[in-house]
Amino acid sequence: MSSQSINVETVTTELDNILEMENVSVAYAGNYAVKNVSFNVARNAITSIIGPSGCGKSTLLRCLNRMNDFILDASIEGNIRFEGQDIYAREVDAVEVRHHIGMVFQKPNPFPKSIFKNVAWGPTVNRYQGSITELVERSLKQASLWDEVKDRLNDSALGLSGGQQQRLCIARALAMEPNVLLMDEPCSALDPISTAHIEDLMFDLKSRYTIVIVTHNMQQASRVSDYTAFMEMGNLIEFDESERLFTRPSNQRTEDYVSGRFG
Amino acid sequence: MTASLTRSTAKQAHHMRRRHAKARVFAKFCGLVTWLGTALLLVLLWQIFSDGLRWLDIDFLRSFPSRFPERAGILSALAGTLWLISLVAIISIPVGVATAIYIEEFGGKGKLVKIIDINISNLAGVPSIVYGIIGLTLFVRGLQLERSLISGALTMSLLILPVIIIASREAIRTVPDSIRHAAIALGGTQWQTVWSHVLPASFPGILTGVILGLSRAIGETAPLIMIGALTYVAFVPEGPMDSFTALPIQIFNWVSRPQEEFHELAAAAIIVLLVVLLSMNSLAIFIRHKMEKKLQ
Repeated sequence: MSSQSINVETVTTELDNILEMENVSVAYAGNYAVKNVSFNVARNAITSIIGPSGCGKSTLLRCLNRMNDFILDASIEGNIRFEGQDIYAREVDAVEVRHHIGMVFQKPNPFPKSIFKNVAWGPTVNRYQGSITELVERSLKQASLWDEVKDRLNDSALGLSGGQQQRLCIARALAMEPNVLLMDEPCSALDPISTAHIEDLMFDLKSRYTIVIVTHNMQQASRVSDYTAFMEMGNLIEFDESERLFTRPSNQRTEDYVSGRFG
Repeated sequence: MTASLTRSTAKQAHHMRRRHAKARVFAKFCGLVTWLGTALLLVLLWQIFSDGLRWLDIDFLRSFPSRFPERAGILSALAGTLWLISLVAIISIPVGVATAIYIEEFGGKGKLVKIIDINISNLAGVPSIVYGIIGLTLFVRGLQLERSLISGALTMSLLILPVIIIASREAIRTVPDSIRHAAIALGGTQWQTVWSHVLPASFPGILTGVILGLSRAIGETAPLIMIGALTYVAFVPEGPMDSFTALPIQIFNWVSRPQEEFHELAAAAIIVLLVVLLSMNSLAIFIRHKMEKKLQ
């Protein structure tokens, strides 16, 4: 597929929204899972999307790097712009989009290969020009996994614990040197210690990456994120700075949800 | 009331005993059936070995078929079988695996894929003699490939393609979608995802299908008779366009003769066929085992 690559060089510093969503709707076989959602994702910040199960938050997240392309009867309306460019434009290659917008999934999904190969695969197929060995080391260090695995890089990734596997998946995504990292409930399969580990990691990564995290854990959202979007039944109910949304929500339904009265 | 582990009433106890008895009877029945099959196989093997073993020597492998039992051998048939099976592998593995990949990964859910799908399932049930007729019409006469190895190999490939395709599809389907998503999210194209992750993970299953298919091809006789491989061949084929004979055909030929010695020669040829088959399977199982270890 010939493609016009997304040009990161055109970035101007005053543009502080890296992703913009405008009237985004997603339908699966005619049923709307996301309805008319608009909000922006700030650069070098953590934005979380919360809401009850089935509210469309994961669906929305997967639109941001075109992972819904493989769901046959999904249709997407509205506009999603990355650095001002429509990611669904005809001349944009989805593979290129995912190069800039990485993703970590709900359940750790390492490849059944060695730890090294897990990290090296993405850069290799995308023709990374530098030293792969250095990149693997740097990525594993960024994901604070290096010290635990540096002596067994050639062992299978399936031998790691769940928390380690998830950090490996983060390292793997970071090795692509993305601009945005999407995380779909990255801690839901992990124990509290591994969860704390990954939350610390997110703080460290914030200075270099933009993170969008979907979570059903409100404490986690209020702990880690700068901005929070609250969704319900496919609608965006409220979007605000996390501090305000969790302490002084402007919408009654948001207040009910964050104070634990339902959901 | 505290729960008791012993049945309180006689009726309950009786019921429990009957349930356990049923379970035991069923387990015994399954065991018996399993052993029956094994025993039958052993009897068969014993008979073949007792008949054929004394004919089996290096001269038997080095000689061409002959009217005189003591001079007859299987050189041309063994060479034909090895040629045939290699050609079948070269033709059917790439075509079969590629078809499976297309249907599972790229074909989508359109009508065309559904039609292909139904057809492949049906083809798996078509009698082998019908494939022989197709081979005769299509390859021997239509493409004018004559009664050559390549005609035989193409016909056999048609015969075992459904087996390879169905097994490969099953294997590809067992690769979890999370692996595909991981690779796609890392900026891999669909082809890179299939090549680097889906194929290696489904390799053991695909290999099983290939073994099953090739094992069937090595023992099939009917389609080869149909395309005219049942002839006296007193030379070793040197290329895919040469005419040939194969072990099952040689066996068929010898069994249909009245003399007792030829029946024993057939038994000896069966032993050779079994050895070829078993060594092929062991090699495949060995490779599969190594791959599975690597994946873990």
